[in-house]
Amino acid sequence: MARHWQAGAAGLAVLGLTLTACGGAKVGDSSSAGSGSSGKCGTFNLAVNPWVGYEADAAVVAYVAQHNLGCTVTKKNLKEQIAWQGFGTGEVDAVLENWGHADLVKKYIDGQKTAVDAGQTGNKGLIGWYVPPWLAKAHPDILQWKNLNKYASQFKTSESSGKGQLLDGDPSYVTNDAALVKNLKLNFKVVYAGSEAALITAFRDAEKNKKWVIGYFYEPQWFLSEVPLKKVSLPAYKTGCDTDAAKVACDYPIYNLNKIVSAKFAKSGSPAYDLVKNFNWTNDDQNEVAKYIAQDKLSDDAAAKKWVEANKDKVDAWIK
Amino acid sequence: MTPTQTEVPQRRGTPQDSDGTPVISVRNLWKVFGPKADRVPESEELCGLSRRELMDRTGCTAAVRDVNFEVAPGEVFVVMGLSGSGKSTLVRCLTRLIEPTSGEVVFEGQDIRQADDKRLRDLRRRKFSMVFQHFGLLPHRRVVDNVAFGLEIRGMSKAERTKRALEVVELVGLAGYENSYPDQLSGGMQQRVGLARALAGDPDVLFFDEPFSALDPLIRRDMQNEVIRLHHEVGKTMVFITHDLSEALKLGDRILIMRDGKMVQCGTGDELVGAPADDYVREFVKDVPRGDVLTLKWIMRAPEDGDDLDGPELGPDVVVKEATRVVLAADKPVKVVENGKLLGIVGDEEILAVVAGQEGGA
Amino acid sequence: MTVAVEKPEKTEAAEPATAPAKGARKVSRPMVIGAILVVWLVLFALLRGKQTLSLAVADLTDLHRWINDFNDSIGANRNSNPLFLYFFNEIRLVIDNLVTFVQHLISQPSGARPVPEIGWLGVVGLAGFVSWAVGNWKVALLAVAGFTFFGLQGLWQESMDTLALILCAVFVALLFAIPLGVAAGLSDRFNRLMTPFLDFMQTMPTFVYLAPLTLFFLIGGASATIATVIYAAPPTIRITAHAIRNVSKTTVEAADSLGATRRQSLLKVLLPMSKRTVVMGVNQTIMAALAMVTIAALINAPGLGVNVLQALQSLDVGTAFNAGLAIVIMAIVLDRVTTAASAREEHARNSRNRFEKWRRPLLGAGAVVTAVLIYLSHTYLWAADFPGDGTVGTRIASATDTAANWVQDNLSGLTNAFRDAITNGLLNPFQTLLTDSPWWLVGAVLVALAVVLGGWKAGITTAACVGLLVATGVWSDAMTTMASTLVATVLVMILGIVFGVWMGRSMMADRMIRPTLDAAQVMPPFVYLVPFLALFGATRFTAIVAAIVYGAPVAMKIIADGIRAVPETTVEAATSAGCNTWQIITKVQLPMSRSALTLATNQGLIYVLSMVVVGGLVGAGALGYDVVAGFSQNELYGKGLAAGLAIVLLGVMFDRITQAAARRASA
Repeated sequence: MARHWQAGAAGLAVLGLTLTACGGAKVGDSSSAGSGSSGKCGTFNLAVNPWVGYEADAAVVAYVAQHNLGCTVTKKNLKEQIAWQGFGTGEVDAVLENWGHADLVKKYIDGQKTAVDAGQTGNKGLIGWYVPPWLAKAHPDILQWKNLNKYASQFKTSESSGKGQLLDGDPSYVTNDAALVKNLKLNFKVVYAGSEAALITAFRDAEKNKKWVIGYFYEPQWFLSEVPLKKVSLPAYKTGCDTDAAKVACDYPIYNLNKIVSAKFAKSGSPAYDLVKNFNWTNDDQNEVAKYIAQDKLSDDAAAKKWVEANKDKVDAWIK
Repeated sequence: MTPTQTEVPQRRGTPQDSDGTPVISVRNLWKVFGPKADRVPESEELCGLSRRELMDRTGCTAAVRDVNFEVAPGEVFVVMGLSGSGKSTLVRCLTRLIEPTSGEVVFEGQDIRQADDKRLRDLRRRKFSMVFQHFGLLPHRRVVDNVAFGLEIRGMSKAERTKRALEVVELVGLAGYENSYPDQLSGGMQQRVGLARALAGDPDVLFFDEPFSALDPLIRRDMQNEVIRLHHEVGKTMVFITHDLSEALKLGDRILIMRDGKMVQCGTGDELVGAPADDYVREFVKDVPRGDVLTLKWIMRAPEDGDDLDGPELGPDVVVKEATRVVLAADKPVKVVENGKLLGIVGDEEILAVVAGQEGGA
Repeated sequence: MTVAVEKPEKTEAAEPATAPAKGARKVSRPMVIGAILVVWLVLFALLRGKQTLSLAVADLTDLHRWINDFNDSIGANRNSNPLFLYFFNEIRLVIDNLVTFVQHLISQPSGARPVPEIGWLGVVGLAGFVSWAVGNWKVALLAVAGFTFFGLQGLWQESMDTLALILCAVFVALLFAIPLGVAAGLSDRFNRLMTPFLDFMQTMPTFVYLAPLTLFFLIGGASATIATVIYAAPPTIRITAHAIRNVSKTTVEAADSLGATRRQSLLKVLLPMSKRTVVMGVNQTIMAALAMVTIAALINAPGLGVNVLQALQSLDVGTAFNAGLAIVIMAIVLDRVTTAASAREEHARNSRNRFEKWRRPLLGAGAVVTAVLIYLSHTYLWAADFPGDGTVGTRIASATDTAANWVQDNLSGLTNAFRDAITNGLLNPFQTLLTDSPWWLVGAVLVALAVVLGGWKAGITTAACVGLLVATGVWSDAMTTMASTLVATVLVMILGIVFGVWMGRSMMADRMIRPTLDAAQVMPPFVYLVPFLALFGATRFTAIVAAIVYGAPVAMKIIADGIRAVPETTVEAATSAGCNTWQIITKVQLPMSRSALTLATNQGLIYVLSMVVVGGLVGAGALGYDVVAGFSQNELYGKGLAAGLAIVLLGVMFDRITQAAARRASA
């Protein structure tokens, strides 16, 4: 029995060696092409914050850095707080889409001086309250905040203790909603859905089944190309109307989304830094790539390739 | 309840090399469990309390209270009592598996309680060994490795200890099972492994803690005979714990009866049956077939006028059962004679009283 | 009713003989509980809304601010603090090297090589060989099939990344856990000292310490490994301690009586004899480590968790499920292999004569084959990169999408009605009672219930927990979470009893249901959150359902085992007395598995609590939301930590009360 098995093993070994002889491409034979251009760029550590719009930014920047500049790009999937923390420890070089985050600016740019602003991305960030399109169509006056109380009872849910429900999303969102509801004397209660997925599911369901939902949302966002939510206008934003968080009674400002890089990276002279600094595109650009990723289910790399090849002029402007 | 201590008598059919010095002497041994146990043996007042009162007063339990005895070389010394009488605690105190609270355990002229860790380990490795009720075998080792375990702990080389283990396996009748694992053996055979493990180290004293209680009656009898056989062959001193009186009578040269941690009586089997120290012992030995245990000296009477004194002669230590035929066959009373001196006589009446079980106790 | 029924009652009746006072109270216990509840309701009606200690979402207490400042100061001094320079950095380096080494071996390209050192063929061969060597040929086949399936799913590299992380984390965890477990097994004092730490490690939500960990050990492998170790080590510590403690006293005594030193009796008796149980602990550690895969992805640990999280961003249920399925399969393979490993020795002993002789040469032959496979996979591309483009995975994803859509389209009416019934009928009134009563009233009620159910010691622990809960500053949120948790536990127990009894009575049912339960326990909740959200909306009820999916399997398994442990003769006696099936279940089997029921309640509660954070992601708000918010927003960090502590406190409180109650019930 044992001998039999040993013979079998030996046979397999021989078979293996035979396969070796006749067989297939060897590791390293043709690999020189892939990892060839290890130029002056070196490693570029790019934080990827968890929303699809950011993923689109990161996909394109990483693609360009890798293929046009020959950088080794390391993408790091991190939430904002940890990504900023990474500037200090030297593990993150750049954050590509920053939404305000005054506290982080204070801590890392003004305080520790480990991070610096690298200019705007060209994207305009819009935050506000949105309703599904069917609702905006059926009750056009709902898009004025003054009429919200009229419909409050329609927005009641099991969670809102008798008032209308205003759905908020991921805890990392910049939000004044609780104060707004109070200061605008709305008969609503803020319910914390807790994640972007929860928020999107709620809107998707609302549009499909004609349900009453009002909630926090933002642009640019890939979901808007699936369900074009309508924004409710709040009292117009004036500079300084949101300085006291407890007394806010105005709309959110339009955020000029910007890029943050680590202080060290800014001084490194890496071509990747210049790329990040020059990177600039429109909301439509981002939405296009985000759509490739979220709806067409392309990989990040494939989505970036598709866009880069179609927008050579824009890319050339970034790398000059 | 003062314990009745009897002189060490001559033993039945055991090899003797007694030079008079005991192997183990136990003096005023106490074991108290509970908070501040030390104070109990020291205080005369607390010593006097019953178990229940002591528990209520101090929260302590006295498992062994003021026990004294000596074990002679080559003797089989049995400690007997019901469960909870403290007998298992007592035997563990002797090798300090349980630390005694006070008293002395003298072995080879030294108090074991004073021994440091190294000396104690050395004693356990070379002088004592123990057989347990639930065997305590290592399930992940083969029989031969279980038997060699004690030798391994001593640091004996593998070849040497395996050789010795195989000898002992043979001795306890397990030849052919060397390479089995304990859970492949019956209870009786497992206990033979336990026995072999104890014998392997060639100790001076063997302790048995109710070794056969977990076994079936038939196997138990086999194992008892096995112990008797081994005692003949290797002649070790043995301290044997049991709750079974017939086992005690069968194996023991002397028997110590314990109750609630105290010793009630210590003596040979016929002494316990013939002269129970109190009602407790009397109740205990009530159902013993007296003819099997008592000797002629317990039933003889003084010769009276008119007795014929020319009947056959027998010694005082002849067991009644063995004397029955002679006494009944003789038409005159049998004389009980020791060293040519007439101690008394035994007639049909005395014999029949024992054999027919009419005697209501001494 | 029958002889059989009396049995459990008899054991209880024996107690009053020694302690008549206790016996008298036992009779009236339900009445005492009723009285407490009535008093509570009356006082609630009078005092509603007063001293409720509520705190708005964005508000902080001094404690929270202090924690924030402390956290900031650590971060600011990171690069100059010698503790960081010479201690944490060294630890990080060692662990990082370990992780990188394993990654280069099986998952990540190393140096100039575009592929890892060992390709898919080598890993599959190695997995099969090791499974066979430590287990048996059946689990080896399972391992080979499972690992090959990762490749077919198109997730080979991600699976290997996950495997590399799991292997490192389990290795590091065992390095500490087994010695600590042995120490806790040998010393009662050390055990008592360890227990609160272990409770803390297991119930403190990972989100709370994830950000500080990256500060201490930087982003990536080392931090992910350490986070996993913190969560996964306790089971091995507890189970090793338990195993050491349960080694037959006689055998240890026998070794002592032969003069064994402490070291000898540890190495030759205690460790070998507890090996089997310790392996079960290792099994639990592996399962716990797999539960951390998605969370580790939050700090950039590569692997299947990344796929799950990214798919979640675009609500791609199918892709998330495909990755989740790979995690489930890995869990099942590792579980079955370790279980087989723990049983192997005994099997081998029994079938020794037939196989043992062949084992060595066979193993040798297997090793040769494996070596050849490894060589091939090191050298040739076809054996290094998994061939194909993962069409199986794509098909799984689209099938899942179809199924999920169908469920959402067709069932959401039903589910909404059910949700509203439970929420309005049970959850809302209960939550109002808890959150709108003055804090001292709820605290007093909790302490009183603890005393009645578990005795004075449980009462003292509860009082301490209540005090600390108030100190955390998130009392009101804690009460909201407690309401959902208790409702979820009630539902878990109802399901647990129904399915547990069924499984306990029918081996067939058991065999059919158990794999589903295993899957429910290891499938990352992130995978099924989206369909649940579609069915129930972003509500507390969704959180409750998620908690049930995670908690009910444990309760079912424990109850099934308890039912099965009821002695056959007792059931026979009841049957012969003319009991029908219903009577046997309610009068014999359930009463006699009472200790299993209490254990199921205890474990169900703890599992439900561990889902509080996930609940926060789907609309449960309260503590779970606070924790997630603390992880997401710098200025809420202190509050998140406080909320995490509150979860730990709730866990400890429930655990001690149910355990004390269980001890009483079985006394």
